Amino acid sequence: MTNPLQIIGRVTLGLFAEIGRLSVFAGRVATAAVTPRWYLGEILRQMVRIGFYSLPVVGLSAVFIGAALALNIYEGGSRYGAEQFVPNIVVLGISRELGAVITGLMLAGRVSAGIAAEIGAMRVTEQIDALETLSASPYRYLYAPRFLAAVATLPLLVVAANIIGVMGGWLVSVYGLGFDSTVYLRNTVDFVTRDDILVGLIKAVLFGGIIAVMGCYQGDRSQAGATGVGRAATLSMVGAAVLVLAFNYVLSTLFVEIGL
Amino acid sequence: MSPALSAKEYYGLPNSPILKLSSVEKSFGAKQVLRGVDLDVAPGQSLVVIGGSGSGKSVMLKNALGLMTPDKGQILFAGQDVTKATGKAREKMRARIGMLFQSGALFDSLTVWENVAFRLINSEGLSRRDAKERAVETLKKVRLGADVAGLYPAEISGGMQKRVALARAITSEPDLIFFDEPTTGLDPITADAINDLILEMVRGLGAAAVTITHDMASARKIADEIAMLFEGKIIWRGPAADVMQSGNAYVDQFVSGRADGPIQPAL
Repeated sequence: MTNPLQIIGRVTLGLFAEIGRLSVFAGRVATAAVTPRWYLGEILRQMVRIGFYSLPVVGLSAVFIGAALALNIYEGGSRYGAEQFVPNIVVLGISRELGAVITGLMLAGRVSAGIAAEIGAMRVTEQIDALETLSASPYRYLYAPRFLAAVATLPLLVVAANIIGVMGGWLVSVYGLGFDSTVYLRNTVDFVTRDDILVGLIKAVLFGGIIAVMGCYQGDRSQAGATGVGRAATLSMVGAAVLVLAFNYVLSTLFVEIGL
Repeated sequence: MSPALSAKEYYGLPNSPILKLSSVEKSFGAKQVLRGVDLDVAPGQSLVVIGGSGSGKSVMLKNALGLMTPDKGQILFAGQDVTKATGKAREKMRARIGMLFQSGALFDSLTVWENVAFRLINSEGLSRRDAKERAVETLKKVRLGADVAGLYPAEISGGMQKRVALARAITSEPDLIFFDEPTTGLDPITADAINDLILEMVRGLGAAAVTITHDMASARKIADEIAMLFEGKIIWRGPAADVMQSGNAYVDQFVSGRADGPIQPAL
């Protein structure tokens, strides 16, 4: 029978080894991203794939989250006669937390898993080996463009998610809860600060890096066969989603501490 | 480490191999795949390495290409240590080596001509127009017309994919070309056509070739010499014409395709 302490030890060592491998990989991707040579065509192609094609899913998620948020704040606020704060709390929640988190989670599914499946298929069909024999580094040609594209486009998607999320809240508030449209929008604009927007954008940059690195890392380590590629996609999505939520908490705590 | 030499300088040295593996060992965990491989290939020579599934042929090839690092031993290409070359030196070395992968390993997202011209565009800095011209010329050498150039790999047959991969391997006119199971998955007629093309391309370029295969018809056709890898070591090497009368029980069993003999089937 295996000693439970041995199991705990093995799992702990495995976890630290995985964190180490992921950190080294992330460091190599980041280094390739900030040093020449850059494949501009690849970066632009990935920006379209990661950014533009994610707009519908991010927009739809944001509008429903904004609408549900407004309803719940209205319900909770009415218990204390504070219904008038719906626009303030909706814009605060979306710009500081939900816009970035919803975008991060949706892209963990759509983009990170997609990258892992694509890179994984390239790994098992020897296309990544072929790249190296053709004097092209996979870090520069495959991973860095995805990293740069995700880091550049996630803040734009978060801006879109913020606007659409606020509009979701506005729709429900004006057409369902009887708010005056002009007053709602004026309260929103007056309440939100530059720092609230900045918080969401900083988170978006980090989440973009996490999503791209997790996808590339799991794809690069993919085992052979359909099962191996499928597993890489699943691990990438789960890993990216958990890291997005964990780093969201860390950053929120940090921003509160420093008064941002 | 020996200084890197140009092909011309290198070929001036008598009897010097273009590729030399000395006591190469490689393990994966507890499994030792290569147990001290010694192998050399002269400039312009075509060497075929035969061996059963799991004998270590692909691992040997990946080590020779620098895609894996051996645990022990040395691999020299034109006098330069493959495992120690980094950055620009490695890029220069790889520009002189071509590789035809078993699956073709064509890039799905690029068209046929972009695959063939990949190194020209991304490493040699040719304009896309010039690179396309060169790619179409190279495609002609492997009997593919310009009409194929704009198609994606998924839109052409397996035999055509192999020819595109061959075109990609020779487009920068390398000094050494590796072929990994070049006829696997092809019908006998297409396989023979690929063998003819390999011979034609290798002789036309004056390049050395290292092919790993267990297709004996292919081995006999394209090899000057044949070596057999068994349990991670080269156990026999000789002229291709001698392989049927090698006097080695392992080689005899392998080339005659018998299940009974000193080699246990990999079941």
